[in-house]
Amino acid sequence: MTRIVVGPFNRVEGDLELTLDIDDGVVREARVAASLYRGFEQLLLGRPAEDALVIAPRVCGICSVSQSLAAAAVLRGAQNAAPARNGLIATNLAHAAENIADHLTHFYVFFMPDFARAAYAARSWHETAQTRFRAVSGAALREALPARARLLETMGLIAGKWPHSLAFRPGGVTRALALGDEMRLVALLADFRGFIERTLFAAPIEAVIELASGDALDRFAHGAGAAGDFAAFVRIARDLRLEQIGRGPGLLMSAGAYLGSDGHHFPAGLLDAATGALRAPPLHAIEEDVSHSFMRDTAGDPARAETVPDIHRPGAYSFAKAPRLEGRAVEVGALARQAVAGHPLIRDLLAPQGASNVFARIVARLLEIALLTQAMDGWTRDLRRSEPFCTPDTPLRDGAFAGFVEAARGALGHWASYANGEIARYQIIAPTTWNFSPRDASGRPGPLEFALQGLDVGAEGASSVALQHIVRSFDPCMVCTAH
Amino acid sequence: MTTGNDFTLLWLQAGSCGGCTMSVLERGGAGWLEELRRFGVRLLWHPSLSEETGEEARAILGRVERGEERLDALLIEGSVLRGPEGTGRFDMLAGTGRSMFDWVRALAPRADYCVAVGSCAAFGGVPAGAPDPTDACGLQFSATEIGGALGADFRSRSGLPVVNISGCAPHPGWIMETVAALALRCFTAADIDAFGRPRLFADHLAHHGCSRNEFYEFKASAEDVFERGCLMEHLGCKATQAVGDCNQRAWNGGGSCTQAGSTCIACTSPGFEATRGFHHTPKIGGIPVGLPLDMPKAWFVALAALSKSATPARVRENARSDRVARGPAPGAEKRAGAEKKK
Repeated sequence: MTRIVVGPFNRVEGDLELTLDIDDGVVREARVAASLYRGFEQLLLGRPAEDALVIAPRVCGICSVSQSLAAAAVLRGAQNAAPARNGLIATNLAHAAENIADHLTHFYVFFMPDFARAAYAARSWHETAQTRFRAVSGAALREALPARARLLETMGLIAGKWPHSLAFRPGGVTRALALGDEMRLVALLADFRGFIERTLFAAPIEAVIELASGDALDRFAHGAGAAGDFAAFVRIARDLRLEQIGRGPGLLMSAGAYLGSDGHHFPAGLLDAATGALRAPPLHAIEEDVSHSFMRDTAGDPARAETVPDIHRPGAYSFAKAPRLEGRAVEVGALARQAVAGHPLIRDLLAPQGASNVFARIVARLLEIALLTQAMDGWTRDLRRSEPFCTPDTPLRDGAFAGFVEAARGALGHWASYANGEIARYQIIAPTTWNFSPRDASGRPGPLEFALQGLDVGAEGASSVALQHIVRSFDPCMVCTAH
Repeated sequence: MTTGNDFTLLWLQAGSCGGCTMSVLERGGAGWLEELRRFGVRLLWHPSLSEETGEEARAILGRVERGEERLDALLIEGSVLRGPEGTGRFDMLAGTGRSMFDWVRALAPRADYCVAVGSCAAFGGVPAGAPDPTDACGLQFSATEIGGALGADFRSRSGLPVVNISGCAPHPGWIMETVAALALRCFTAADIDAFGRPRLFADHLAHHGCSRNEFYEFKASAEDVFERGCLMEHLGCKATQAVGDCNQRAWNGGGSCTQAGSTCIACTSPGFEATRGFHHTPKIGGIPVGLPLDMPKAWFVALAALSKSATPARVRENARSDRVARGPAPGAEKRAGAEKKK
């Protein structure tokens, strides 16, 4: 048995270190560590409740709108406030823009460059992968980054700037869109659709949204969409059999995404990928275990827990806590969201093994780019210009409240208790806290730890590209994880 | 333009949220990576962007540390976390067994220029807010106090102190224009202010060019967060006290904080994170405590009283609306007056 340490792990967000126990070239056990702690939960204590709208987004510069919205959701609960309909739409437009930008950044900047690595020099597609996807100098980046910047002009219109916007409130958004703003929104959405239909999908987004099975996806990748970067990924991934690696532990959860007047655009749910059983997620049953975390033991219930680091704790190896749902590790993210929502393509990609895998995770993200671009078009048309975009604040009630949103990487929850209008407790469980959690007291691994078990790295050890694919398939955001 | 004489840049993330990197990737046009090439800048390594991982990345850092690889600019994003007890253990550079605190001190003396990207690296930023659980600081400042991780006397090999591109997150233009000026070797000690901030944005106040200036002039103020009036009197806006050309250049294609109805939280200022109640203006005797920089209080009070008495109805009405309730139609004031007489 040899033990190797992998790090710094790049092209992920933030600081990640893996420790792998390898026997006969096979990973027997993996330990996943967040090596950064900044203490946001401590920073929030004693501040006026509203200040969370300024502090919380700064947990993460890659999903700051999600952090803002979780903080606003908690305040909304405490105010018992009804948000303005236009406000929810404008919020969803901004949130979708952030999440699409995240998926796009992940695909072009974080994930695809690994296919250009020398390890794949013998593959027929390697030269194309190098020209198109190589890190820093790949041709695709020259198209994808400006397209991303153009999409994020949504933030200029709705929220002033990104990241760390301050426009999101319990009652909606601080800026009412005027006719000219709406037209700019329509124009920039058309530009973005142009980019993805030309470059990413090489097909209308409807053709991607309608894909209903893995076979249909393969036909698309060799037929109608063959010229796109999505098809290039599908062909490479099939050649490398990425559907065979990085299996998750089986439970997939969504807290519900894009709240509108009629509920969530993508519903909340907890899916057992092996049996297909789907039910409402028992969010009240979430507990955090700190047996392997550099954290003092307090309460398991996030509504009552505190976060106090203890770097001398025996057996600890990560600043992340280990969230569990009814005692089980849960995978979250675009794949979980679309599996819970019942998209036939995603359900079909899970079916053969009854578990998530590297291929399905990437496909789900790209599918979501298409779904959200379509949704943004619809939401823009739903704005009612004569109506308000924000309702006034109502007095804050003291007590304990929770708020959930779906960030690009999955379920994000904030738990806050207020006393005299000030924050008495604050806990955050971010998507990567779920996916990259350490072991719990009963030794149960977190989803990535589980997904790495059994991986054949052969003689390559730490430089195994398959290892890189599995880790990046989760699109980890380590700064959110321990915060 | 890639030659052996490229300007080399190493970008590391300390106690950061990654937001400064996300911001600079918003460079429109050809994209940030293309723009770097145009200025002859070569990324030695960037954690989010580079191909090299694990051992390969450690090798690059090792070569720079030993002086085997020339380093023109070291860019640090994120606060330096010195805790607990000075060990830096709250932020370890994965795979190296060393803290970022240690790495920053090892690499900074190797660089011609040392640049703090964002208010965290510049002054400590949000992680340094009370109770400062990680003993966070900036590279050369802890809030307004000089010192920080590298010490008050630190000078990079060019002789410059740390260049502080503050902001949370900074505008992508602030980052790129500073890097470009460094790469063209035309950035000097005269180009930074007393807090090390590039004057290309720090010579302005966030207030300059604010689309709410007419409301400011007449002290026609918003009282709720979604109203269009001036945000200074009641809602905590610090744009008259914070440096930045925020309202003179577009953020994300045309926005700014105040344009969107968000108050300026002075994110370019050292210690901005110490504010309690970002959305309320502290006042004494009805007068805001934080007055515009370099404006005597008595003058402010006198001018405010005068301008309030002269506020046109259009401005007063729009200040309390969430959208333009009344446009500047010629003769509108006269008509409004006539209506009143009836």
